[in-house]
Amino acid sequence: MAELSLAISDLHAYYGDSHILHGVTLDVPAGEVVTIVGRNGAGKTTTLRSIMGMIEKRTGSINISGRNVIASPPEKIARLGVAYVPEERGIYATLDVTENLLLPRKVNDSGMSIEDIYKLFPNLEMRKKSQGTKLSGGEQQMLAIGRVLRTGASLFLLDEPTEGLAPVIVQQIGKAIELMKSQGHTILLVEQNFRFAAKITDRHYVMERGRIIDMIPRAEVEKRASQIQQYLGI
Amino acid sequence: MSTQVLFGQLLVGLINGSFYALMALGFAVIFGLLGIINIAQGTFYMIGAFGGWMLLNYFGLGYWWGIVIAPIIAGITGMALEKTLISRMYKLDHIYGLLLTYGLMMFIMGMFIYFFQTAPRPYPVPPELSGGYNLGFMFLPKYRAWVVLVSVVFCFGTWYVIERTPVGRNLRAATENPMLTRAFGINVPALLTFGFGVGVALAGLAGVLAGPITSVSPIMGGDLVIVVFAIVVVGGMQSILGAVVTGLSLGLLEGLTKVLYAPAANMVIFVIMFIVLLVKPAGLFGQEK
Repeated sequence: MAELSLAISDLHAYYGDSHILHGVTLDVPAGEVVTIVGRNGAGKTTTLRSIMGMIEKRTGSINISGRNVIASPPEKIARLGVAYVPEERGIYATLDVTENLLLPRKVNDSGMSIEDIYKLFPNLEMRKKSQGTKLSGGEQQMLAIGRVLRTGASLFLLDEPTEGLAPVIVQQIGKAIELMKSQGHTILLVEQNFRFAAKITDRHYVMERGRIIDMIPRAEVEKRASQIQQYLGI
Repeated sequence: MSTQVLFGQLLVGLINGSFYALMALGFAVIFGLLGIINIAQGTFYMIGAFGGWMLLNYFGLGYWWGIVIAPIIAGITGMALEKTLISRMYKLDHIYGLLLTYGLMMFIMGMFIYFFQTAPRPYPVPPELSGGYNLGFMFLPKYRAWVVLVSVVFCFGTWYVIERTPVGRNLRAATENPMLTRAFGINVPALLTFGFGVGVALAGLAGVLAGPITSVSPIMGGDLVIVVFAIVVVGGMQSILGAVVTGLSLGLLEGLTKVLYAPAANMVIFVIMFIVLLVKPAGLFGQEK
């Protein structure tokens, strides 16, 4: 399956009456890792949810390898090969670990096997019969990522995968994301941990109040370090 | 009192409990998955019974055809109603679903009364299941044993499908987090239609099973739905296990009350509901939120 690319232009999204995204435009070329940075409430999560079709009121265009999905329901978008790891992890309490892993529908046979996923995250195998929400935060994040590696998806939307995790677990998550990248997959990452993101990111978009206000390619990250710190309010 | 009377009433209780369990199970599946309080559950019970009766009287298809086809008819009717009407209620408060299904019940029942009047119509026990066994302490009619057997098999089967199969995995995920489940490529709207169809088909099955015992009439499901609603509240609104266990045991309790103090038999289930609501508002098998 060819790697997917993503091109968003003039995306507006609303929760009820509140207007959250005000014309977001960004590009994620096939096989690249693109990170959206910005403060809390800037609209990063809403951008990912809009791409996934999970926000009902949205306008503009979202092109996945040339196909406009602005009006498509989430299940159609997922079946194009888009996989989503939500910020709250979205582990199901009524499913055990194996069932959580098996839930996302396969889009093709190029994904990892359950055995390979357990090899990548040995913690999960030890707890495969446990109820999903009985896992620790780190294990839940491994499960959320492991779950989408099986489907054969090639565009990954990852929302703060390292948030609130111990450094040793962040390393494991980092390994999984590097594995995705090395397989040539396209990744759109939302991440507060800039040092973590900078290592793998090809370009950074800076988001503020529902708009993209800057784009920083990998090569300029060092040169513009102080500006980035300002953007993030560190 | 003689053991004949005691066991006779307990058997009646067990039969009623079997109908309660099937109806409550369908009710719980629908409420868990769709958030719809399906007051029309009794109507699908009636549609199931009438389906069997019509197949016999208009098409000459006997009981064994009826018990397969009539629940499917009820299920397809339900799926059509879900697609066209009930699916519009999902974003609204539970009360709107309740009102809509109440209206559907009145409408469908009214249509049947108009065409068939309320007089009960006989639906015979199939010859293979007539007669019974003398167990010594009581006489067990074959048909009644069959009703209990079918009910137990379908209750267990439904539980198995939901807890142990990929379809059930998707259903549970869709119940817990519908939007995220869609983002995993699962067609949740289609699953909801299917779930509603299965839920009302269980009521339809109870209706065909009841036909030979209670006869067939447009008003047959009306009272039953009130009792079933109480049972589901006692068991815990979304609990599959709660619906089955509570359905069977409250049916038995009702039968036992008939022996001990007959006037209380009609209200014992509601007294239990009252107590459970005071002590454990989420129901015996429900999860407190």
